[in-house]
Amino acid sequence: MGESSTSGLRNVVGELLAELGGEQVITDRQRRRTYECDGLAAYRVIPGAVVLARDAADVATAVRACARHGVPFVARGSGTGLSGGALPHAEGVLVVMSQLRAIREADLANQRAVVDPGVINLQLTAATSPDGYYFAPDPSSQSVCSIGGNVAENSGGAHCLKYGFTTNHVTGVDLVTPGGEQVEIGGKAPDPPGYDLLGALVGSEGTLGIVTAATVRLTRLPQEVRTLLAAFRTMDDAGAATSAIIAAGVIPAAIEMMDALAIEAAEAAVHCDYPHGAGAVLVIELDGPAPDVAGEFDDVVRLCEGAGAFEVRVAADDEERALIWKGRKSAFAAVGRISPDYIVQDGVIPRTALPLVLRQIAELSESAGVRVANVFHAGDGNLHPLVLFDGAVEGAVDRAEAVAGGILDLCLEHGGSITGEHGVGADKAKHMPRMFTPDDLDTMQAVRCAFDPEGISNPGKVFPTPRLCGERPGRHRGAHPLAESGVAEVF
Amino acid sequence: MADLRRLAGALRHDGGAVREAGPEDTVDGVPATVVARPASADGVAALLREATAQGLVTVARGAGTALDWGAPPERVDLVLETTGLDRLVEHGAGDLVVVAEAGLPVAELLEKVGGAAQELVVDLPPARLAGGSTVGGLLSTGVSGPRRLQRGGVRDLVLGATVVLADGTVASSGGKVVKNVAGYDLAKLLTGAYGTLGIVVRAAFRLHPARPDRAFVIGSGPAADVAAQARDVVASQLAPAAVEIDRPAGSDVAEVAVLLEGTGAAVGQRAADAAGLLGGRVRAEQPEWWAALPGTSGGPTCDGSTLVKATATLTGVAGLLAAARESEQRYGAGVALRGTAAGVLYALVTGSPEATALAVGHLRAAAPSPREGTVTVLRATPEVRAALDAWGPVGGLDLMRAIKRQLDPGRNLAPGRFVGGI
Repeated sequence: MGESSTSGLRNVVGELLAELGGEQVITDRQRRRTYECDGLAAYRVIPGAVVLARDAADVATAVRACARHGVPFVARGSGTGLSGGALPHAEGVLVVMSQLRAIREADLANQRAVVDPGVINLQLTAATSPDGYYFAPDPSSQSVCSIGGNVAENSGGAHCLKYGFTTNHVTGVDLVTPGGEQVEIGGKAPDPPGYDLLGALVGSEGTLGIVTAATVRLTRLPQEVRTLLAAFRTMDDAGAATSAIIAAGVIPAAIEMMDALAIEAAEAAVHCDYPHGAGAVLVIELDGPAPDVAGEFDDVVRLCEGAGAFEVRVAADDEERALIWKGRKSAFAAVGRISPDYIVQDGVIPRTALPLVLRQIAELSESAGVRVANVFHAGDGNLHPLVLFDGAVEGAVDRAEAVAGGILDLCLEHGGSITGEHGVGADKAKHMPRMFTPDDLDTMQAVRCAFDPEGISNPGKVFPTPRLCGERPGRHRGAHPLAESGVAEVF
Repeated sequence: MADLRRLAGALRHDGGAVREAGPEDTVDGVPATVVARPASADGVAALLREATAQGLVTVARGAGTALDWGAPPERVDLVLETTGLDRLVEHGAGDLVVVAEAGLPVAELLEKVGGAAQELVVDLPPARLAGGSTVGGLLSTGVSGPRRLQRGGVRDLVLGATVVLADGTVASSGGKVVKNVAGYDLAKLLTGAYGTLGIVVRAAFRLHPARPDRAFVIGSGPAADVAAQARDVVASQLAPAAVEIDRPAGSDVAEVAVLLEGTGAAVGQRAADAAGLLGGRVRAEQPEWWAALPGTSGGPTCDGSTLVKATATLTGVAGLLAAARESEQRYGAGVALRGTAAGVLYALVTGSPEATALAVGHLRAAAPSPREGTVTVLRATPEVRAALDAWGPVGGLDLMRAIKRQLDPGRNLAPGRFVGGI
């Protein structure tokens, strides 16, 4: 481009002010500052400029201006992400999507909805549940997070054990490519022809462009939902119960586990009245056709008791179900009551390694003198250890970060992942080389180059080091014989 | 021209074999020069590095049960047989995960995990399963079976994959845990890519517990009625594992078969409810056409016919059924249609190339827009291919071409086999 980053941004802002006007383009530093972080407040960058998009055309306008001048852009939905995926770029444009919040179509007969990216996750469920449908991905931030953000992060939630993640529920998108082109991919019908671009896009954390509309599955509400709380003396017992349930061939809608410290925090915050003396609790939810749920429910209660549950509490109605879930759903925030600061870690292990890894986390915690509260999706081995510290104490942040990093090491040692649902973002890009080889990362970045050759779409996220998108070194070895002889066109 | 000695040299540490190709190695009518059968991922990498350095075109082959799906490659220098990579790497029964090499027959994988009362819910056509169809073939053709209604397609079950690119780079993505959002999900990109981006050497899949009890409910009637009944079952709270529709060629009548899976008496109760919705009857046994491609009930497909994949919205399935009948009446083609009420069906079209082209066009026109349904040709004779547009409109084709250019810049992997001449 030949422009310095500052003059590039200045040119972009000038063009956008002309095209979109001052109401939509924020240049004032104080107002830009409002957007300096997402849900991971440890990282803060004031964006170079902010564009409040009203529709897909605005997004395309903003991206095209950035593309013309080689200026980075970052899309932001509700800003609830926990990995710094929407962390702004100081010399770039933050494209705020939250004004695009219309449910364009709820096509119940085809079990699809077409939504703007700023539509709140729970808003779609609220709009369709009177008719017997809902949007299955349910991250715990679902009352505030946007579906566009869910698409970027491939969000999961407590119920993805049975129903899958966002990637399993998106059948089409409208995409503004990093070059500023508007492309329609997929739609209401399944299996669009060609490469599975949706598979690459969903979960790419905004590095392949900006989605301006999503077509998603609507799932039929289950006939019956039953929720129970089982209290155990130890985490090992709760882990054994989880294994027994999976081994029995039951796939609950959710199995959530909390340890004693997490229970203590939840009690202090929301008085959820979990059984006294519990070293671990499981929240288990079963859903589906009534006769099946009834049978499975009896099995699950029996298996919990067999594994040592000293109390099993069954929700008699929606109110009691809400109370059981309240403790679990408030756990993250509740930890704030027992510790001035904390890190929410997100890692995955094969579920069967759970008892061993939990003991290893306890050892790590003890030897570092750092308390760790454990809350997790036990059914799929997705851990959310909350590493507690007091930022006012010298060295405490470093000790906490060392423990949080050590937990990721444990996940990788057991063949797991450094993130199950929060994403890599700005926070974990540095950990990617511990999970993937340079060739693995280079190949992923080659795909990125196909979408974003200039590397302007949310740069600095996911990958620890950017890759130039020219020819791959040593890959081209002369013209292809068919191309040379004119038999075939080289694309 | 392929340098056989150097190709063999690439496999000297691997134990794999290289030989000259014979007539049986032809790929969809395109003769091959050399066949290599590496025994390891490293062997595949060394071989591809050498083949691409020689400027050769490589086509991957598993059991070859769907080698004639997709357009014929422009040229075939090297057939890379994956059947030497046939290990089941890991079955984490407690984690409901399996990791397998690409050449492992799916039937063997199913048998292994079946020992722990688990299954990989892909429902390959019986003919392909019996023909030894491999894990790599399953992934690369992205075939759709009855139970995708509830469990999703192959792309929804694959957790990770290791691929060898044309230049010999070995790259993994995803992992072997069910929940994982680290990095790009390239396994999905490779699913249904017909080996045009790289050669998959290993993949990890999510398993499901096999349900001990099952019941089928069968209904039949005029196609439009059957489509409506199938929709009612899909929209019910009966959580059917599959709802399949079968319309034989030349028939005014279609059949719907609903599969209910679960434990004990609960399945029977749901089956009775489904029978009420369908006006159908409950059976323990699956219909003989279950999971098979249309026009067959497990045997080899007849020559000269055209195999087509048609997608639709739930409500659009009725339109496809109507378009099948109209194509027969107007153009004299035969159109057998079968697949899930969720909107992924296969059609076997018979007739002259002209009649076939008109029928495919008519099926394609059944959807109001490509976002609501597409028709692509999987298998056809050269005469038929010459008479029609095999892929139809493809959203995002430029992006697909760019991906191909990045991962296989020399077009060394099955060039011409995929959409837009990729």
